Amino acid sequence: MCTSIIETARAEGMAKRGDAWFPLSQVVVAYDHARHAPLGDVITLDFLNTDLDPGARAGVELTLETAKELRAALDRAIIAAEFEEAEVRGKGVVVRLARTG
Amino acid sequence: MSFYRGMICENLTITGDKGTPITAYVAKPSGPGPFPGVVLIHHVPGWSEYYIETARRFAHAGYIAICANLYEREGGSDANPDDVAAKVRGLGGIADSQMVGDTAGAVAWVRAQPEHNGKVGLIGSCSGGRHTFIYACQRQDVDAAVELWGGRVVMDKEALNAKTPVAPIDMTKDLSCPLLGLFGNDDRAPSPEQVNQHEAELKNHNKTYEFHRYDGAGHGFFYWNRPMYRIEQCMDGWSKIHAFFGKYLAK
Repeated sequence: MCTSIIETARAEGMAKRGDAWFPLSQVVVAYDHARHAPLGDVITLDFLNTDLDPGARAGVELTLETAKELRAALDRAIIAAEFEEAEVRGKGVVVRLARTG
Repeated sequence: MSFYRGMICENLTITGDKGTPITAYVAKPSGPGPFPGVVLIHHVPGWSEYYIETARRFAHAGYIAICANLYEREGGSDANPDDVAAKVRGLGGIADSQMVGDTAGAVAWVRAQPEHNGKVGLIGSCSGGRHTFIYACQRQDVDAAVELWGGRVVMDKEALNAKTPVAPIDMTKDLSCPLLGLFGNDDRAPSPEQVNQHEAELKNHNKTYEFHRYDGAGHGFFYWNRPMYRIEQCMDGWSKIHAFFGKYLAK
């Protein structure tokens, strides 16, 4: 499959490559044939900084099922975090990731 | 088929789109020639080892082969191709027009070689298959084209954008050389229905083409290091490629 299923989001945070961490600018989510995992089509996540060299990248390839479980885990953690922020600390929630394309 | 066990391989700088210097991997059979040329257009995973190996495979079979780094502008030629490809994906790919300009530079390089026989074939897989078809429709300087499971030849209007402004299938009337297409019937992009549309348009315009569809294969069935590899279909596909290029690139 040669898809054009690609979603991008602006990212704040850091990711690790080798022994070093680098600041992020973007997350790219895609569904396409795996390039490394011994799998067919996969969800790929690439955490990037396009202002740095191309090696400023933390990438994963996940089965669709794993991606769904990850999404559910993220949802649970985000709900808990928003509750923590809103109720416990009394601060407004700041969404750090916004879809840009 | 003659076999040429010796070859010379190196990275060169060629003139790409708008005069931009880009890197290209070339593999030349040993000997005085004359040899036909093959220009390889790499796939979405980038200027990858698979394409470099495939260039050598063509040289081994007696072709002057060249594969330009279409992602040069996004990371140079020393960066890991996989990382560069990830960056390009995040940027929404490369423009079709830039690909045509870069590939024209590779074709011009082949035609300038003293061992060249005057014939040039074009081949690419996945996005490279799509790009191969586009190039063969937009330029008149190749003699045969091989499209391997080209995705997004058929495109909805909503999918068009500044980088891909025209669906390749709408360029069919301008196809300038014979086309060989190999496809897996289990592929979803291109789907068998899209391959049928592609073929119907070629028929409508009385183009010279051969399409071969393989059962038991999906996308990328030549990629020997991937689970999608299908040995029987791959070997048959290679025999089709050699026969096709042998027919149209001989002098």
